[in-house]
Amino acid sequence: MSSTATATKHEDHGHDSHGHGPDAHAHHPEQNFFMKYLWSTDHKIIGMQYLFTGMFMALIGGFTVYAFRMQQAFPGMSIPGYGRVTATDYNALVTTHGSVMIFWVAMPVLIAALGNYLIPLMIGCDDMVFPRLNRLSYQIFLVSVIVLIASFFVEGGAFGGAWTSYPPLSAKAQYNLTPLGAPMWLFAVALEFAAFLMGGINFVTTVMNSRAPGMKMFDVPIVVWSIIIASILFMASVGPLIAGAVMMLFDQTLGTAFFDPNKGGDPVLWQHLFWFFGHPEVYVVMLPAMGIVAEVIATFSRKKLFAYKTVLYTMIGTGALSFFVWAHHQFIAGIDPRMANIFSVTTLLISIPVAEMLFVYIATLYGGSIRLTTPMLWALAFIGEFLLGGVTGIFLGSSGADIYFHDTYFVLAHFHYTFFPIAFIAVFAAMTYWFPKMFGRYMNEAWGKVHFWGTIVSFNFIFIPLFLLGARGDHRRIFDYTHFPDLMKPGMQDLRILATLSLVVLLSFQVIFLVNFFLSMVKGEKAPANPWKSNTLEWVAPSPPPHGNFPEGLPTVHRGPYEYSHPDRQDDYWPQNAS
Amino acid sequence: MSADATTPHDAAHGGGHTTHHYPYVKIWGVLLVLLALSVIGPMLGHPIVTLLTAFGIAFVKAFIVIKYFMHLTVEKKYIGFLLLVMIAFMLVFVGGVSPDVMKHEGQRWVNTAAQDVVTKGLAADKAAEGHEGKHE
Amino acid sequence: MSSFPRPIATTRSVTGISTGKLAVWWLIASEIVIFGGVLGSYLMHRIGHPEWASQAAHTNTVFGAVNTFVLLTSSLFAVMAHQAADQKDGKKAAKFLYLTTLGAVIFLIIKSVEWTGEIQHGFTITSHTFWSFYYTAAGIHGVHVIVGAIIMLVIANDARKGIDLQRVEAVGLYWHFVDIVWIFLFPLLYIAK
Repeated sequence: MSSTATATKHEDHGHDSHGHGPDAHAHHPEQNFFMKYLWSTDHKIIGMQYLFTGMFMALIGGFTVYAFRMQQAFPGMSIPGYGRVTATDYNALVTTHGSVMIFWVAMPVLIAALGNYLIPLMIGCDDMVFPRLNRLSYQIFLVSVIVLIASFFVEGGAFGGAWTSYPPLSAKAQYNLTPLGAPMWLFAVALEFAAFLMGGINFVTTVMNSRAPGMKMFDVPIVVWSIIIASILFMASVGPLIAGAVMMLFDQTLGTAFFDPNKGGDPVLWQHLFWFFGHPEVYVVMLPAMGIVAEVIATFSRKKLFAYKTVLYTMIGTGALSFFVWAHHQFIAGIDPRMANIFSVTTLLISIPVAEMLFVYIATLYGGSIRLTTPMLWALAFIGEFLLGGVTGIFLGSSGADIYFHDTYFVLAHFHYTFFPIAFIAVFAAMTYWFPKMFGRYMNEAWGKVHFWGTIVSFNFIFIPLFLLGARGDHRRIFDYTHFPDLMKPGMQDLRILATLSLVVLLSFQVIFLVNFFLSMVKGEKAPANPWKSNTLEWVAPSPPPHGNFPEGLPTVHRGPYEYSHPDRQDDYWPQNAS
Repeated sequence: MSADATTPHDAAHGGGHTTHHYPYVKIWGVLLVLLALSVIGPMLGHPIVTLLTAFGIAFVKAFIVIKYFMHLTVEKKYIGFLLLVMIAFMLVFVGGVSPDVMKHEGQRWVNTAAQDVVTKGLAADKAAEGHEGKHE
Repeated sequence: MSSFPRPIATTRSVTGISTGKLAVWWLIASEIVIFGGVLGSYLMHRIGHPEWASQAAHTNTVFGAVNTFVLLTSSLFAVMAHQAADQKDGKKAAKFLYLTTLGAVIFLIIKSVEWTGEIQHGFTITSHTFWSFYYTAAGIHGVHVIVGAIIMLVIANDARKGIDLQRVEAVGLYWHFVDIVWIFLFPLLYIAK
């Protein structure tokens, strides 16, 4: 810890304000466990806290999906590890799965964990600009986790009105039958938003103000850009939903009628408030995933990222366009058909910048000397699987086709083909890629590849059957299909069973990952500072980086982040800080 | 913590611009005059005058506070641009939502519940007015 | 509090805008959409429901106008605190910040007197959706006033000792924003009848 001492000597501004000088961190050389891991202001520790909390929540999300998928495949069966699923349980399980995976897994891992861990390292400074705000943001997030988990055990059980929480079901306890679960869910979501708003402001301010000397706008790695654009999207879109959450909370607890048309409110307003946030939210998690893939692909193709500025501009374009598409979730919710036309056009338009990013990644691969390491496999899989998710979105974005597809398993398979690559495939790419930096050891490659193939194959075997089911009109949110003869035509139940068994396979392959992850943390082969021979600044710091990040002094940047295989150089990489 | 340990003004770090200060008390006086106008205007009871004085003057007041108190005009250009973009997103939001929420009927749909509320409410107002006689 | 070792990152200023001020600008940007959501929803309902006018007629313009006056005046003190901070006069800056906080307190007192009266007359948050919006919009704004007042007290206490004078400007920006929100709430809730 005290080795950070020399770091400050090289500081560009050299403006000694609060004794952050040589012995800034030496005040308490022996921090106890609590101060070091739970009360730390170090961005890396906070990033890890987010990462491990996200991983823990992923277990909850995985367990709930296991329970309700088993109920679908084998209705009425007593499920091993859960017991019999009642209709109320089913709703609560579906809701918990959806909200946990989006708000407590994808968001904290992709934005908060990676943003916290990577941003200061990649832009070459010692911490976030507001370390204590950062710590507070995690603590609020932790409270939101606790409130959510507590809501599983209150009277009436966890909220069962889906992660979209549409009124009137969500607004009135006599409809949703969860008088405590519903407001607690809403409160947890609101706390989580507050945490990420703080985090977002911190990220954006850090990148704007604290870049290493010499690092210009276009020297910032794409993954940092993507997290920043995502944070801005989040900040710009979440406001109406915060307002809506307050209104909903009053509807639930005080008995106001913001969303009750018989008293002058409007239930469609909630849908608009929700999706005005909810759609940009898709891009909030998608852009960091795209950024991760850009880093991994450039490194393991040993080639300069094709069209850096194009990626950047398409990311900004995607972000801007994402504010004009939200009502495509509401085509059959009673919105005016003339608006549906407009939203169809904008929705189809947004596929252009997204496709452009994928093309750029393929162009980066072209002619590169590709290393098929585990992170690279994940990154390549992301391109393929996300493409499928994107293409099926075209059907749903067209308001005519959506009338048929709406609320079927086609929609479900579509967004899982986008969200699974985002929240898991890209995250696995990131975790395997930055693992040596985080823990100073390699993960096991062989087991990594076993985990990769097991996950990818079973993932496709879950959702391709669901596409087929959806195309046959299989409706979502049904507890027991045996009551619906139309949905029990020959073969349909077989597809459900296939999807469910594939899910069990997928979940069991995650055990391999967890074992590999935690074993490698203590027993893995020691990794040097720059194991992948990569250019960006985090690889300049030792693995794992100490508090203060750069014991040799904060780096100065001389070039862009993707100068691989430069013809004038012997080495096929050229770190950003090397003179 | 000794006094020299403080950062005087962070502009010293990089930008180096010091804020230009305006005669704030005078500006405050102007704001108060505008406030008086925005209260008196609607008392005349003319709808257009009400709109102009109540909402038009709100924009003028906001502009004065932004320019002279928040010094946005001497701030970096992109800050103002950022705030404008946020306001533009809100206009997009209202634009996208108002056909469904503000209106109670549209292309082949009618929000009968909302229409009922309006008719009943207006009828109740009329009845109340009949009782009380002149209502302000 | 000030013994916290500040990282080098906080002292850098690539944009030329001090870090605290930049963060407050972003905070204001995200607040614009929060209030935009409430006020946009209210506005759409208000236009769609002409019958709300009879409810809105019961709001008291005098209270609204006096509160506007109080906030405008506290904004004046906030900007004068900023001026004092620029002159490195921590004591003066703190004095003006205390006055700003006093404005916040007066605002809240007036607000509670006003609300008490309205609730006693039966205009509660559940009595009509107009009143639901009225209390929600003004309530969210009121929370910002309370938070602002607390932050200003903390900063004034530091400024008095000459610590972190750059924060005076940052909290002032936030305060002016709260003021501007009220400038729009005032006609929306009190004048349009």
